[in-house]
Amino acid sequence: MVLTRTADQKALKLQRQGRLGTYAPSQGHEACQVGAAFGLRAEDWIFPYFRDLGLYLTIGFPLASYFHYWMGNEAGLISPPGLNLYPLSITVAAQIPQATGAGMAANYLKKSLAVLATCGDGATSEGDFHEGLNFAGVFRTPNVFVCYDNQWAISTPRSRQTASATIAQKALAYGIPGIQVDGNDVLAVLAAVGEGLERARKRKGPSFVEAMTYRMGHHTTSDDATRYRDEAEVKTWESRDPLTRFRVYLKGKGVWDEAFERVVTEKASADVEAAVAEAEAKPAGAPEEIFAWTFKELPPRLAGQLAELKEFLREAGR
Amino acid sequence: MMLNMVQALNQALEQEMERDPRVVVLGEDVGVDGGVFRVTEGLYGKFGGERVIDTPLAESGIIGAAIGMTALGLRPVAEIQFMGFIYPAFNQILSHAARLRNRTRGRFPAPLTIRAPYGAGLKALEHHSESTEALFCQIPGLTVVVPSSPAEAKGLLLAAIRADDPVLFLEPSRLYRAEKEDVPEILTELPLRKARIIRDGHDLTVVAWGAMIPAALKAAESAAGSGVSAEILDLRTLSPFDEEAVLASVGRTGRALIVHEAPRQCGLGAELAAVIAEKSLLKLEAPILRVSGPDITIPLPKAENLYYVGAERIARGIRRLMEF
Repeated sequence: MVLTRTADQKALKLQRQGRLGTYAPSQGHEACQVGAAFGLRAEDWIFPYFRDLGLYLTIGFPLASYFHYWMGNEAGLISPPGLNLYPLSITVAAQIPQATGAGMAANYLKKSLAVLATCGDGATSEGDFHEGLNFAGVFRTPNVFVCYDNQWAISTPRSRQTASATIAQKALAYGIPGIQVDGNDVLAVLAAVGEGLERARKRKGPSFVEAMTYRMGHHTTSDDATRYRDEAEVKTWESRDPLTRFRVYLKGKGVWDEAFERVVTEKASADVEAAVAEAEAKPAGAPEEIFAWTFKELPPRLAGQLAELKEFLREAGR
Repeated sequence: MMLNMVQALNQALEQEMERDPRVVVLGEDVGVDGGVFRVTEGLYGKFGGERVIDTPLAESGIIGAAIGMTALGLRPVAEIQFMGFIYPAFNQILSHAARLRNRTRGRFPAPLTIRAPYGAGLKALEHHSESTEALFCQIPGLTVVVPSSPAEAKGLLLAAIRADDPVLFLEPSRLYRAEKEDVPEILTELPLRKARIIRDGHDLTVVAWGAMIPAALKAAESAAGSGVSAEILDLRTLSPFDEEAVLASVGRTGRALIVHEAPRQCGLGAELAAVIAEKSLLKLEAPILRVSGPDITIPLPKAENLYYVGAERIARGIRRLMEF
């Protein structure tokens, strides 16, 4: 969680310096993201959305790759071998039926594994959310759907997203158990999602977790949340900071002290700086690179267009 | 064996499912009912409901689920009951299936096949007769295939399922039961992205696909009666299309007639004409001509004949081209 917060803040700084593109910050979601990912096993599959830094870091995705993607290179989406991570979905809720399909495949292949999909509260208004959940209920897929209910979808508040008292109850309509948890309590999220993952692996069907949290930052670096929400509301949620809460919990258990905090913080900073250096050292896209992955083999028409681009670059002296 | 297109497609699915356990079929009414056109008939009984999956009525869900299945190594064949119902799945096709290979640099290439009947001529309900293939031909990463006969349908569907890229396989519903053809029981796949000359000629080239092919053949026969020798090129794969074959044929004949059922504006004919003009202008003896549907909503059955492109309109196009 400390690493997530540190990396997130670094990404915001890099964006302001023009070293990283438009970025969707994760501040406030650390407990949801880390808690959702912590119970995953190597054989499980993950279909994340675009605000999932803590999840990526928890499953061991290289931070340098994450930065590389947000710096503007698709290569940053490549999952290392052995990591069953589908690329994050920018189009809202499209990952939900995809995750269900992966669950259907797991059923067909008689594999004992879980498929996790994450989304925000805005996604729950999309058709794909409902189609994906409905399929999951009908086919009893080994899915766990986690909604980070952070109260805002850009400027649209939860009250304008749905008239339902909870989002979890939407799952019930599809025959899927749905629960609401405190999304700023990492252990609560871990317990709820972990139970779902176990259910999935035992082929007992899908489950749904609504993790109540708050988007502390802007929607993205291109957004200005002060235009549409109350400072007082932000302040209220500031006092519920997931990192502070976990720190207090650990202190109560006698396993935290300032020296430990210092070690963790320094390690996080060093890891983040190293990841930035690694990401910035990666080459920008080459003409061949942007053509090569459209089809398995480069069709002659694309080969012609690639040659045209290279000729232009040569003539332009670039 | 003499088969119509429905039977040929059915045979391709059955044989490929026998050969490759990764192939699953999903869609609305594809299982117990065997599909509204019976293309998947018998598969449910033979392979079971876990592999021939009757889904809820949700096109985006079907394609999204099919994409997710490819993550675990399956080769799903998703049926969209009619092309007119494919649009709710457009986001999954365009923003996901077609670009997954690129955005994961080859890690997750999404090798699914989407089958959908399309086109006019069956006097069907609203939204059952459109030809909107061009909407899909501008999507990088998506292969668009249209067969023109039973044997072609079998060989091309096998190729589509085996392809490592997502394929939209559009089946001209007008040809489903129009005629039978000798379809080899053992048939290897036909090549994708390769056009085929189905009639040799030296006065002009007719470029067409799908249901326009039998109509073009008829038109060519009638033109032969007045001494005109028309070559017919079946494009088969509409995107990415076989530019070389188009230019080679037009280069030989010096005249190009492009035929499609779809509306004219931004139809695939526009791209074909542009390529011919850009690369072979000096070999042309006449302007490039298009015979197509007009840029209107396709009328309901009572007036469908006013819209439909058939042999007579193609024959008229041939005459106009030769008289230039």
